[in-house]
Amino acid sequence: MEYINIFIKSIFVDNMIFAFFLGMCSYLAVSKTVKTSAGLGIAVTFVLLITVPVNYLVNKYLLAPGALAWISPALADVDLSFLSLIMFIAVIAAIVQMVEMVVEKFSPALYNSLGIFLPLIAVNCAVMSGSLFMQERAYRNIGEVVCFAAGSGIGWFLAIVAIAAIREKLRYSHVPPALKGVGITFIITGLMGLAFMSFMGIKL
Amino acid sequence: MPWSKNNPVTVQVLGICSCLAVTAQLKPAVVMAISVTVVVALSNLIISLMRKTITPRIRIIVQLVVVSMLVVLVDQVLKAYVYDVSKQLSVFVGLIITNCIVMGRLEAFAMSNPPLPSLCDGIGNGLGYSIILIILGFVRELLGSGTLWGYPVMESLGVYNLGYENNGLMIMPPMALILVGIIIWIQRTRNKDLQEN
Repeated sequence: MEYINIFIKSIFVDNMIFAFFLGMCSYLAVSKTVKTSAGLGIAVTFVLLITVPVNYLVNKYLLAPGALAWISPALADVDLSFLSLIMFIAVIAAIVQMVEMVVEKFSPALYNSLGIFLPLIAVNCAVMSGSLFMQERAYRNIGEVVCFAAGSGIGWFLAIVAIAAIREKLRYSHVPPALKGVGITFIITGLMGLAFMSFMGIKL
Repeated sequence: MPWSKNNPVTVQVLGICSCLAVTAQLKPAVVMAISVTVVVALSNLIISLMRKTITPRIRIIVQLVVVSMLVVLVDQVLKAYVYDVSKQLSVFVGLIITNCIVMGRLEAFAMSNPPLPSLCDGIGNGLGYSIILIILGFVRELLGSGTLWGYPVMESLGVYNLGYENNGLMIMPPMALILVGIIIWIQRTRNKDLQEN
């Protein structure tokens, strides 16, 4: 039950885009058509699902206060948590590079459809913040972390596909010239964020 | 002119995430603005000094390492001197690493220009980002909680007696997006050549 709760909560209540505005840069830049934005959404979900659990293990067994105790009791009071930013970004960059190579080797079709998005994901704030939130919210075991990562990824996917669909329709409407493009996208995202706020406080 | 015609937030559309999440009050907004400016300026300088030795294949990793080193420094300084603000900013200090302004300027400018112009470019873009952050922080704190820098402006002006109420919507995250939309609208109405077709 706890797992489903975390999963639903990270899709709707703590939606990466509408509640925290993470991954906005690619969200604004790539949301011109539904097709490409769905590709990016899937790629982000995929990378989140791999990097967040890996970073959870790195955090638990290497970085957190007292985490090195499993090597020898003498290391029990070593606290390496100030290194977590560098470690997380290094893990993310390495995994993205690896995922790119694996996908290219085993599934060229998927590789072609994800295309340039994969390397860009290394610097997507949604991915980095997935790891940072994981550290801050102190999930208890790896199952919860996987649920959180999957939920955040799917939430991001839904958001970018929704805005892309709206922008496709928007091309046929009369927007004031100064608001065209980025301006109106900001305002629509704000309104969608207001709508998503209605999910706040839902508990399963 | 990175602070108006080529503003990183409203024209290049970079670094939106942090810009929206930290501006519910003026103080964290200013702290964030200073941190980002420092990181952008210094990382631009360092990468520009190293640009001849970096091979293009590994440039993203090198850039990330330089930036994250600077961000760790900033994070530790914030924790030491303004602990309450650093708690409020939570993950967003760490997210300066993946702030697109930093990576964007490194890729677009520092990799191909000498150190001094790169430093200036970094400072300019940092300032452009700061201006938007400060405007947002100012408007949202004033209208949302009736204070500025924690000082109860609205109360001392006595407008509550006239029936004025704080607009709670202003401190909610979605209003930040709508405000940025409005800033873009105003800017593009005045600068017609920035408009998109």
